Amino acid sequence: MIDSVVEFLQGNFWALTALKLVAILGLIPVSGLAIGFAELKLSAKMQNRVGPYFAGGRWGWAQLLADGIKFIQKEDIIPADADRPVFRWAPALVMVSTVGLFVVIPFWDGGAVADLSIGIFYVLAISSISTIGILMAGWSSANKYSLMGGLRAAGQLIAYELPMVLAVIGVVIMAGTMSLSGIIKAQADFSLFGWSGFGDQPIANFISPFFILQFVGFLIFFISALAELSRIPFDMPIAESELVTGYLTEYSGFRFLFFFLAEFANMFTMSAIAATLFLGGYLGPFVNVVPWLGPLYLVTKIGVLCFLMIWFRWTFPRFREDQLQSVAWKVLVPLGLANIVVTAIFKVVM
Amino acid sequence: MMDFTEPVTWVASILGLVIAISGFIVVTSKNLIHAALGLVGALAGTAGLFLVLSAEFVAWVLVLVYIGAVLVLFLFGIMITRAPVGYDVDLDNDRKVIAAVGAGSLFVLTSFAALDSFGDTALLGIGDPTSTGDLADALLGRFVLPFELVSFVLLAALIGGITVARKDATPIAVGETEE
Repeated sequence: MIDSVVEFLQGNFWALTALKLVAILGLIPVSGLAIGFAELKLSAKMQNRVGPYFAGGRWGWAQLLADGIKFIQKEDIIPADADRPVFRWAPALVMVSTVGLFVVIPFWDGGAVADLSIGIFYVLAISSISTIGILMAGWSSANKYSLMGGLRAAGQLIAYELPMVLAVIGVVIMAGTMSLSGIIKAQADFSLFGWSGFGDQPIANFISPFFILQFVGFLIFFISALAELSRIPFDMPIAESELVTGYLTEYSGFRFLFFFLAEFANMFTMSAIAATLFLGGYLGPFVNVVPWLGPLYLVTKIGVLCFLMIWFRWTFPRFREDQLQSVAWKVLVPLGLANIVVTAIFKVVM
Repeated sequence: MMDFTEPVTWVASILGLVIAISGFIVVTSKNLIHAALGLVGALAGTAGLFLVLSAEFVAWVLVLVYIGAVLVLFLFGIMITRAPVGYDVDLDNDRKVIAAVGAGSLFVLTSFAALDSFGDTALLGIGDPTSTGDLADALLGRFVLPFELVSFVLLAALIGGITVARKDATPIAVGETEE
């Protein structure tokens, strides 16, 4: 039964594509809601509260599901002065970027919707599209808070895209490829700059993640990812107390849900990309013997990174706008450039 | 030749239509932001066209550099200076007839040249993407001199930009306080 289904799918390009699309469209709300719920519960724990309690009967597990249904039922309000077409399309553009990111994440060996040879380059390109959506949302709302939020978001995303690219280049030099599956495989053999001390026993599939040798790169990438996601301490674009949530101010109902879902789903994808680049992705002990462990390892690593992001949010205060810019341009960019130089020298010399 | 039994021809034609319509919006829109967003559409369509032609790397470069950086800066610049929601009347000027004639003749010229040289070439399905490694070899091997020259020009432009933008600190005379 299963064999015939697999055979049918492998022979039929469109059926396979449709199935992959459905899987991704299902994964986005699931991952978004799961991380959103984790955020609610963890923040409650960190602040010694109970958090959501009643929805769903136990632990309030259905809280965000109920929230989502509530958002769908709400009226779709468009401000009278808003630029209607731009206002309507902005959330869609942000969502396009999120969907595009899910496409290339390798969940197991060969388990990506599309394994592009320039995977990480594609990731950087497609994630920059959401900036346009945010600028559109900020401007079309015809609201000064929204405009300020949109401009802050754009300034922040431009500033932090650069260190992120620089951090990725270090990994690309180490791996010698831009393909995400290639980068993972480069972390599979236990070799430090070409020195393989332990040969290729099965246990050698235990990873030597780039996290170790590219620690600076990992730090830069993670900080930039926080900024790209507009998470505290980089949440000036949606600062409630200054801008009444910035470019989101005028959005309600379904369109707000789109932004909300994209934000949490992007936490998932950014963590997945970071896990792929620096933590060995789906690799882990015995994954070459028991392949279904792969997705579990990946989700665990994503969970750890998401936990870090949530932890930061409830521990750190917000940066000031000029501090944000100087961290990006005066610290992270030079550090990223130095990292590239050092990595390249080691790659050539050793 | 246009062979409409090939799905690729349909995809390419639709992308061409998207580019044409967005380009039209760019030049005719009376709103600066709409014009910039039209440019996003035109560039996205061009990236799609490159994908159809198996030039994967060029397509994503277009998205990363033009949509993700240049147009974001455009939009940022427009919004931070003048961005009224609604219509901006002064965007039109009297030279639009001449501009239309110029653009029209350029279109005729390039389409004639393209048809003359590639008119018989058919799009045959989407092949394997061009290897980025080959592209890098060409850039840093055979074309290394032009490549470095372009980098030099960009460096000069960068330094020029900094020179224009920086404000030299005026020396403070004794007894005077800095504002």
